[in-house]
Amino acid sequence: MIEVPLYDLAHSRAGDKGNRANLSLIPYKPELYPILAEQVTEARVLALFAHRGATRCRRYDLPLLHAFNFVVDDVLEGGVNASLNLDGHGKTQSFRLLALTVQVPRHLVP
Amino acid sequence: MSDVFLVGNGAGFSGDRVDAPIPVVRTLIKRGLPAALFFEVLGERTVALAQLERRANPEAGYEPMLERLLAPVLADCFHNRIPILGNFGAANPPAAARCIARLALRLGLPNLRIAVVAGDDVMGSIALDQLPVHEADGSIDISSARLIAANAYIGAEPLVAALKAGADVVVAGRTSDPALAIAPLVAHFGWSLDDWQKLAVGAAAGHLLECGSQVTGGVFWDPGRKDIPDPANIGFPIAEVTRDGGLVITKAADTGGLVNLSTIKEQLLYELHDPAHYITPDVVLDITGCHIEQVGQDRVAIHGLRGEPAPESLKVTASFEGSWLGEGEVSVAGPNALARAKATADVLLARLKLRGLPVRARVDLIGVASVHDSDDGALWRSYEGPEPPDIRIRLAAEGATRDDVDQAAREVLALLCCGTAGTGGARWRVTPRILTRSYLVLRERVPTSITTRTAAEIAA
Repeated sequence: MIEVPLYDLAHSRAGDKGNRANLSLIPYKPELYPILAEQVTEARVLALFAHRGATRCRRYDLPLLHAFNFVVDDVLEGGVNASLNLDGHGKTQSFRLLALTVQVPRHLVP
Repeated sequence: MSDVFLVGNGAGFSGDRVDAPIPVVRTLIKRGLPAALFFEVLGERTVALAQLERRANPEAGYEPMLERLLAPVLADCFHNRIPILGNFGAANPPAAARCIARLALRLGLPNLRIAVVAGDDVMGSIALDQLPVHEADGSIDISSARLIAANAYIGAEPLVAALKAGADVVVAGRTSDPALAIAPLVAHFGWSLDDWQKLAVGAAAGHLLECGSQVTGGVFWDPGRKDIPDPANIGFPIAEVTRDGGLVITKAADTGGLVNLSTIKEQLLYELHDPAHYITPDVVLDITGCHIEQVGQDRVAIHGLRGEPAPESLKVTASFEGSWLGEGEVSVAGPNALARAKATADVLLARLKLRGLPVRARVDLIGVASVHDSDDGALWRSYEGPEPPDIRIRLAAEGATRDDVDQAAREVLALLCCGTAGTGGARWRVTPRILTRSYLVLRERVPTSITTRTAAEIAA
């Protein structure tokens, strides 16, 4: 097993609605889906955004698409209308998620 | 009627590439199938900004790039019977129709039929304070705010009526984004507006297409990791829909970008919350049974979509005058840039405190940490990486009056003389902010209507 950032295993896109963000997480290989399901938990993703005041994270699993959808509440510092952040929509947050690390068998890392 | 209908997208937001519709229309014509083209240019706050423009100028308040977007494709669409739909009417659909009519006359198309959809603007006709607030919006304080705009997200029904009345261009204000794709499908195939399975396919097509290039490589490409062909010329998407609800996403021919399983997955989940309940005014889409298949180069089929009955209520988004935002930036670079940037940040915050300016402020160190950071600068304050060669210091301040935030932003300007050694490149600006809040309203309280006239009649 080796520790790698999600960036090596998956891709992601962020969207917003108000002060809530959604982050997809899409492994490049279907074999990675159960591994990510086990390790990329709601609690870990919530902790990743704790410094921004996130209050709740919900993960929706889409096994037929081999994809996850994380919905994080109160993560956008008030959302695009209130945030002082340059990126009030939180579009760049997908790459914060991709910096999270996981442990995977070496042969599954491209 | 043919069994396949094509829906092309010409824009995914106000500000999109204005030359994108040209190859889409060229492809639609070349394929020789019945087709429609839609433009989605109305973000949540765009209609409020447009309403402010309309107040200043009664002939403004619609998509500012409308003429540029339509000029290269309007005649081709008209001659090939490809109707155009768009929410480019924004806060002023009648003025948008007049703009299109003038363009049509210049192009020699006096018989172009333009439909204007009315009814989405509910400001003044519905008392917002009587309505339930949409989830997650309850905490926004709008007690003393002044209303700018209130618009309901209307569904496909009036758009279908306009197409059935023979409109070549359908000008709408606030509609749901998927409705712009659902409507031409319903009009062409004669689907019933309670055929939830078919409407689910239309909603998915609309959702996948509504952001333009986001499904064909835009916001997807990542050099060296997720490369796409010719990112300077990404082809915009086209949906192929069959009468029985088959759906394939492809793109304009002879363009850059790509359509593969990965681009489809990213856009399918974009701005989605519960994948079993993607709510539109026309149908509730469930993608939990969805699976996708590459069926050719730049062609992906979407299977297993499910629809549930449309909600009883429509979403109304209201916009209010908000606070003011002041922003200022300066740069430092070269040896000891990080220490100079951090010291500058602390001095800016100290200055605001010293002057007693009633603002909420934040400092970013662009090049160290900014967009991922929090208002207290947790990430840049704890940064221990290598010395960045070039850092831009940004102050953002929000306050109740223009003068307060202007004074705050000018503290950045003052650094040109009072700042650390080698400080330069100051910029600052002050902008008004808009607050939005969404409500739910029973759909029967939002009647819609259409008016269809030729370009010659409108211009007369």
